[in-house]
Order: sequence, then C-alpha cells, then structure tokens
Amino acid sequence: MARYFTDEHEWIDVEGDTATVGITDYAQGQLGDIVFVELPDVGSVIDKGKDAAVVESVKAASDVYAPISGEIMETNDALEDDPALVNTSPEENGWFFKMTIGDKSQFDGLMDEAAYKTFCDGL
Amino acid sequence: MSDETEDTIAEIETLPLDAWHRRKGARMVPFAGYDMPIQYEGIVVEHNWTRQQAGLFDVSHMGQLMVTGDKAAEELEKLLPGAIASLKPGKVRYSLLVNEDGGILDDLMVTNATPWIEGDEEAGTEGHWGDPAYYLVVNGAMKWDDIAHLREHLDDDVTLTHMDEHALIALQGPNAATALNRVMRNVIDDMVFMESVCHDFGEWPLRITRAGYTGEDGFEISVPAEFAESLADRLCAEIEVRPIGLGARDSLRLEAGLPLYGHDITTETDPVSADLGFALSKKRREQGGWMGHDKVMQVLESGPLQKRVGLAIEGRMPAREGAPIFSGDTQVGRITSGGFSPTLERPIAMGYVDTALAQEGTELEVEVRNKRLPAKVAPLPFVPHRYHRGK
Repeated sequence: MARYFTDEHEWIDVEGDTATVGITDYAQGQLGDIVFVELPDVGSVIDKGKDAAVVESVKAASDVYAPISGEIMETNDALEDDPALVNTSPEENGWFFKMTIGDKSQFDGLMDEAAYKTFCDGL
Repeated sequence: MSDETEDTIAEIETLPLDAWHRRKGARMVPFAGYDMPIQYEGIVVEHNWTRQQAGLFDVSHMGQLMVTGDKAAEELEKLLPGAIASLKPGKVRYSLLVNEDGGILDDLMVTNATPWIEGDEEAGTEGHWGDPAYYLVVNGAMKWDDIAHLREHLDDDVTLTHMDEHALIALQGPNAATALNRVMRNVIDDMVFMESVCHDFGEWPLRITRAGYTGEDGFEISVPAEFAESLADRLCAEIEVRPIGLGARDSLRLEAGLPLYGHDITTETDPVSADLGFALSKKRREQGGWMGHDKVMQVLESGPLQKRVGLAIEGRMPAREGAPIFSGDTQVGRITSGGFSPTLERPIAMGYVDTALAQEGTELEVEVRNKRLPAKVAPLPFVPHRYHRGK
C-alpha cells in the first residue's frame, strides 16, 4: 500500500483501485479543535482540486479538495459522532472518504512521506 | 475570527507581551493591526479552562483613553447616550459612540476615574475629589477612528490622552478573584462588577476594573507596558491561571451573548436594533443632547425593522457570519457571529432578523453551503453570566 501526500496537507492511501483520503497531522494541528466534518455524498463524482469536504473548527470552516478525480465510494461515518477523531487520529481513524482512482497518473507529482515531512519543515 | 486578518493594515505592530506570548507557545496572528495570540494549547481547552478556572487574556490592542477636565462628563455626554455625569467615581458603565445617523461607531467602557486627593493635616487641606477624569476602553480596531472622533467633537477645554504606553490584561473566570486575591491582598475584596480602583502594587501603578468580555467574574488590569510581563508572570504563577488566546475570547463572548464590534454592531446598526437599549439611560433618552439622539429616538418610537437575536442551531454544523436566515422561502436576516459553543457542545449564533420574528422560540432556518439548518430564536446569553454583583 502506497501513501501519498499533497501540498494541501491531505494524505492518500492507495490500495488497488481505491484511494482513502484524509488530512495530515500537520493540517489538524493548524486547524485546531474540529467540531464538524461535512463529507461528500457517496456516489458523487468529484474532479481533482474541487471541494470534497469541509472541516469546521471552533474558529473557521476550511475546504478540503479532492486530491484526485474519482467517485466517492464510502465516507467515514464515525466522524459524524466524533469529529474530534480528525484531531486525535488524523492519519488513521480520522479518514474522510474512499474514492475510485480514475487514472493512476494522477499520483505523479504527489509527495511521499519523506518529501512531505521536508515540505512541512519548510513552512 | 478568520476574516479579521483581511482588515489588518500593512504594518503589523507588536504589543508589550509579544515575546511573552511566544515563550508561552502561542500561535500569533495579525489582529487589529497587531500580532496577537490566537491560541496556546487549543481553543476548546482554553475556553473550558476559563469557564472553570481563570484565564489571562492580553487585550493590550484595545484603546485606553483618559478624558480629563472640569467639563469632561458634560462633553462626553454629547457623544455617548449613557448617563456619564451621574456616574460616581470608581463606577463603570458600558456605552456607545453613536454617529449622526444613529449608527454605532464603537462600543466602550467608561469609568469615572476622578482621583481622591488625600487631605494633608500639616498643610491644613481636607480630602477631596481631584480633577474630573474618565477612563475609556475602546475596541482595538476602532481606536484611531474613535480618537479622531473624540478630538473633533470634544471641547478644547477637555484633554484627551491616549494611554498607549499601557498594556491591558484581563483575568477572567470563576477563580479569577481567588487568584488575584492571593497575588495582591485586600485590593478587590469590596469590589463588585462594574467597579474600578487604582492600586499601587509595589512600584506598579495599576487600574483594576471588575468587568470583562467572557460572561464570567473577572478583572481588567491596566498596567504600564514596562511592567506588563512581570504582572502576567505573577498572575500565571497562580495555579488557577493560564494564558488564553483570542480564539477562546471570541467563543466565550459569543456564549455570553456579547456583541463584537464590526460584526454584530456596526455603523449600519443602531442601539435599538442591536438590543443595547440598556445603554441609553432613561433620562438621556428624554433630554437628548447626544449625537444621533433624533435618529435613535425615531427607531425607539417606530420600533426597529430588525433586531439582534440569539440563534440555537440544530445539529452540529456551525453557521458563521454572513449566513442568510430564512423563514420559509423569505430571507429575514443574516448571521453576524456564529460558531460552535464548547460549553453547550452545539452551534450557536447571533444575527439580525425581522422584528416580527425576533421572539424567543421562533423557528427559522439558516443556510450554510446550500443546506438549510433548522434554528430557533434563543435567549441571550446562551451561557448564564456569573458576574460578582455582591450581596
């Protein structure tokens, strides 16, 4: 299983034809206490770079963009009852949605863990 | 709070406690022209700490002004709709600067700061009140406009001093008095909400006012900038006290139903629509003589078109500033502040709605990202005030 990172602080786990998407620990730290996550509808098709989810912290709402194009297969129901999972377990239990991978070339140019760490260190 | 950063002027200044905040691990953001701490540990933790213990807030961005002179009260009454002349020394009043059109230029606290001059037996003088002085605390983002407005309209016999070499530290929470009492004994014992005293704490000349912006008991302490760090350290050495950022300050004041200038009140809103009628004292409504009186009285008589209300929003999705409010298909208002209440663990908001729909319990809807959220007009404050009003 490969994990990619975007410069918008999302992580993408690729397993076969499915990508699981969430936001990184760095992102949750920047957002602060998350009180609500608005997830996309299952079955909706979202283009890379378009709004896919909204994360509401106490102070503001932030958009989460689709890191690749594809169809939403499943969303994380656990976030409905416990949005703070994004704070406590951003890169595991606090995942946002699973989507199909239209075209694998979409991963070109995304970062691996080491590159993402270097990217964050430079911020 | 996110949009405040857009208002900032190009030059961001630093406040006396800047380095202190950074040492405490604050995340600093530009606010009202200054680098300010938005949070330290996290907004929810800080919010809850203030509700349960005591929080220290640096509010040095706010404008501290002193208006002095024999005609100070009389002159201030030309610009403020509150009774200033009858405000006794050591007492504090919430007031408003109102423009010619009845719009709100700013909200502020006025303290009668007239000093008591001790008698001197040798010189044969008796104790007496010194020159009339009024201490004003105005919003940070508005202070330059306020100063210009006051300078333009106050008589030349009155002196306006911008106390820009003073920091302002708020200590807020149910244990604020306990902590402050341990640091300086017998200073605040007899004080109740909306009272103010001067106290020399060693070589630090302080002004301590029992008031705040959280709905809790607490104090605002004006201190010369050079002693601000030492005072913050002294207070934070108490077990009850932790530094709290602007993020929690905003969520605390929203729960307390307190309006934020530039959002819930602006030049587009008048004191009546803003439900701040208590700031218009009865006598001064009748007598007039203050800027905007005619316009405000017209609104009082005809009734406001819209009114500021609290809104309890169903579900967990917060509705924020700017969100339209609907009754059926008709837009009937707009949210002016909204967010998630850490105390109530649900979204709350303030906004303006048509007066006919302003009664408590009225069922409305708020639109967020094309979704309609059920909302009910709720009494303010959302979380009860716990001011120390004495017996």
